[in-house]
Amino acid sequence: MPVPADPSPELAQYAHPERLVTTAWLAENLDDPGLVVVESDEDVLLYDTGHIPGAVRIDWHLDLNDPLTRDYVDGEAFARLMGGHGITRDTTIVLYGDKNNWWAAYALWVFSLFGHPDVRLLDGGRSAWVAEGRPMTRQAPSRVSTDYPLVRRDDSALRAFQSDVLAHLGRPLVDVRSPGEYSGDLLHMPDYPQEGAMRGGHVPGAVSVPWARAAAEDGRFKDREDLEAIYLTEVGLDPQTETIAYCRIGERSSHTWFVLTHLLGFSHVRNYDGSWTEWGNSVRVPIVRGTQPGGV
Amino acid sequence: MTASTTPLPAALADIAADLQAASARGRLDLLLEFSDELPPLPPRYAGSALLERVDECQTPLFLTVEVEPEQPHRVHLFFAAPPEAPTTRGFAGILHAGLDGLPAHDVLAVPDDAPMRLGLAEAVSPLRVRGMVGMLARIKRQVRAKAHPG
Repeated sequence: MPVPADPSPELAQYAHPERLVTTAWLAENLDDPGLVVVESDEDVLLYDTGHIPGAVRIDWHLDLNDPLTRDYVDGEAFARLMGGHGITRDTTIVLYGDKNNWWAAYALWVFSLFGHPDVRLLDGGRSAWVAEGRPMTRQAPSRVSTDYPLVRRDDSALRAFQSDVLAHLGRPLVDVRSPGEYSGDLLHMPDYPQEGAMRGGHVPGAVSVPWARAAAEDGRFKDREDLEAIYLTEVGLDPQTETIAYCRIGERSSHTWFVLTHLLGFSHVRNYDGSWTEWGNSVRVPIVRGTQPGGV
Repeated sequence: MTASTTPLPAALADIAADLQAASARGRLDLLLEFSDELPPLPPRYAGSALLERVDECQTPLFLTVEVEPEQPHRVHLFFAAPPEAPTTRGFAGILHAGLDGLPAHDVLAVPDDAPMRLGLAEAVSPLRVRGMVGMLARIKRQVRAKAHPG
């Protein structure tokens, strides 16, 4: 890795501690030329109100989604995006954002589809950095463009499509939406527009673990022991068994994908980004309503 | 949504012209200015049940409308949105700058698709601009109810 991992002892408990950095480490390493900080938020304008000095913005709507097809950008657009921000294939990328790194984790997952070697999350995200009174600026960074190589996106290992989920029924699935969405009472998160799906409920057999349960009060990830108590003991997921996570459009489940893969060391987790806006609109796919996972 | 050709009120038309003339980057800067300049909610509305929630926004925003009882029934807009939601605040700021103080008749004449005619869709994505469409619809509904009670 171009920039050494954060050696902070609190990260050592996780399966892949090199995928996280602490605010203190980032503050010390901000000027490292091998590192680029990327902010990714729900609100596209939040970055402009102030961001970590030197950080660039990548927006899930404008930068990561294909404007026409419901898909992610292709290798050429990704290369343009990264090159435009002065990122090379050797760059260490540290992502952070609002809402417990929800959108930052989504961006990290998309970067992983392109196999960018070194992507990390700032533990605690934007709120932890701000709460500690660390520097923020409205000054746009000036970065020199680079030639990021054209890399084909590889969806096979990390991304599940609807056909994959249908073939996977009967094996572990985790639904990370709110309890009301899981049971079918709501079609979107509480406080958000109720739109996007014809039917409510969940994929048969999916266990319910709302994504934010992985975060502690201060927005940082919970300790490994606490995460294992939730994902392994409480709902019975198994690190060695293929698991698929989903939510409404695949963003919240990217956060859970990160937790299972990088913090708990699950060997094969895929994110179903079609998620409920695809499943709940599809004709003749099985749905379970209520609070129990249900059978296939 | 197909753009209508109904003219916008003068202040809103000026804002639209400024936004249209700006680059995508410049549009974000202008939106941020509107976010910064959104007047705070008057204390009399703090925590008030009179505030209507706009569900169409990514981050919920609350708004209420006052209509002067005498002709020409001028409209006054009040918004509450957190600083962590600058896009939503910016939308509210544009509507405040463009519509506050207008006669009820003029506010009701604003085309429902006005937010789509500001050049913001390219800057912040069409999905997000839908939140502003929702705000305008709720403002007009409140004006209609309060200007013509019963």
